[in-house]
Amino acid sequence: MTGAALIELHNVWVEYGDTVVLERVSLAIAAGSFVAVVGPSGAGKSTFLRLILGQEAPSRGHVRFAGAPMAATCGPDRGVVFQRYSVFPHLTVLGNVLFGLECAAAPLLGRLFGTARTAARDEARAMLDAVGLGHAQDRYPAQLSGGMQQRLALAQALVKHPRVLLLDEPFGALDPGIRGDMHDLVTRLWRDHGLTIVMVTHDIAEAFKLGTRVLAFDKRRHDPHAPQRYGATATYDVPLLRKPDGAKAAS
Amino acid sequence: MTRLITIRPGPRARVLAGALPIALLLIGYALAAALRHADNPADKVLPTLGAMGAAAWRMGTHVDPVSGQIALVADTLASVMRMGAGLALATLTALVLGLLLGVVPLARAVFGPVITLIAVIPPIAVLPILFIALGLGEAAKIALIAVGIAPYMTRDLAAYVAALPAEQVIKAQTLGANSWLVAIRVALPQMLPRLIETLRFSMGPAWVFLIAAEAIASDVGLGYRIFLVRRYLAMDIILPYVAWISLLAIGADALLRLISARAFPWAHGDAR
Ligand SMILES: Nc1ncnc2c1ncn2[C@@H]1O[C@H](COP(=O)(O)OP(=O)(O)OP(=O)(O)O)[C@@H](O)[C@H]1O
Ligand SMILES: [Mg+2]
Repeated sequence: MTGAALIELHNVWVEYGDTVVLERVSLAIAAGSFVAVVGPSGAGKSTFLRLILGQEAPSRGHVRFAGAPMAATCGPDRGVVFQRYSVFPHLTVLGNVLFGLECAAAPLLGRLFGTARTAARDEARAMLDAVGLGHAQDRYPAQLSGGMQQRLALAQALVKHPRVLLLDEPFGALDPGIRGDMHDLVTRLWRDHGLTIVMVTHDIAEAFKLGTRVLAFDKRRHDPHAPQRYGATATYDVPLLRKPDGAKAAS
Repeated sequence: MTRLITIRPGPRARVLAGALPIALLLIGYALAAALRHADNPADKVLPTLGAMGAAAWRMGTHVDPVSGQIALVADTLASVMRMGAGLALATLTALVLGLLLGVVPLARAVFGPVITLIAVIPPIAVLPILFIALGLGEAAKIALIAVGIAPYMTRDLAAYVAALPAEQVIKAQTLGANSWLVAIRVALPQMLPRLIETLRFSMGPAWVFLIAAEAIASDVGLGYRIFLVRRYLAMDIILPYVAWISLLAIGADALLRLISARAFPWAHGDAR
């Protein structure tokens, strides 16, 4: 394991009314790790991600980010890519990547002008080149393939230099060939940017191929008459020998 | 096997197919008019196409010696101005309120019920109130159009904005956008094509409100003219006026569609 704990969950519960989604989740995620999260549908994987994102607060327990209590809102230190709807359909490819730079520098207008704009465009273009979308910067998302849209979503998030990148089934809708390319890309970005990644996936092979650690969420207890009574928790926590800088060893 | 649902006419066949019912209507009308005129040459109910053409020409060229104006031109200008002002007012209201209600759940909780309440009131029923409050001038007519369509447009836009994928709003926040930037850079641009669409759908009701207001209290305007000449059973003027109103409506719709396609290529399927 590399680095100190960046994200810590202490006895976290998530409940909606009397539906328990997550219960007794206690774990720490080290800086620089690549955590793959697997589990059956409805096990609360997306909920877990929303906790780390700050989009949702636990009903019991607490979440700490970089040593401090998690802020209750999503901020620019955490990037996110969803399976769908991650990019803005009304902005061009370049516009989508510029968005984050514009928001930071112009909280009132959300637009940059003059040299600031030129500098931001250069930065955005460099990011697009890094994900292999340099040639498509003037297109709209509707004109991109699914794989290109996910590349764009990655570029859009990474241009903000987040400390954590959260991926919710980012490659779930892609065909196996494109998926392989995306695995290479995300591995390269993870190393180059020194990222901490938490990725939810339904593909166990993908989890073991990419992760430095695999977390499996599932219910330990099950009440056949009231399935909502017990929540899921991390039932398996498998550290792998993959390192950000080195070759991967199978576990 | 050919099925009815699989037969798709080509571009030329579509034009022909679409023109056919219109041509049949015209021919049917001309026949009926000719038959009535064979019976009674002074018939006023179904004027011949020639008579309508002559009346339209008269309305469109003859300068009235008293007012110094051409009736059709003066009527069209007056109606289009009222329509434009009413639509502009409604559009602006719907834009601001729709965005606010769509983006801010708190605003939706406060204003949603009021707007729903206003939306269910039949606008014509408040026309007397508008005449009493605003007088018989232009203001009441413009207000009727705005009051008539703004609540529907507002509700449509608010629902559309509220239904934007939650992922987009989360994503924008992780990219450093505050509430204001989410509103003006994520919600507003995506709502504009919908605004044009809902405006297009509101044009029909807007014409109804305009003509109703003009029929009741006005001294110029397309609706005023139609209801004025009705007293003389002047179908030869009424029918060309109705055709002219339809043409204006079709033109406005085409213009709005063109603006939307030009300004928001990303919202129209083939975004080239
Ligand atoms: N707002 C909510 N109110 C009530 N129940 C909710 C709410 N949000 C999520 N849930 C429930 O929480 C459970 C976990 O949802 P979650 O989306 O985290 O699952 P998941 O593991 O990501 O599933 P999938 O693999 O299908 O994406 C589901 O049973 C869902 O019905
Ligand atoms: Mg999920």
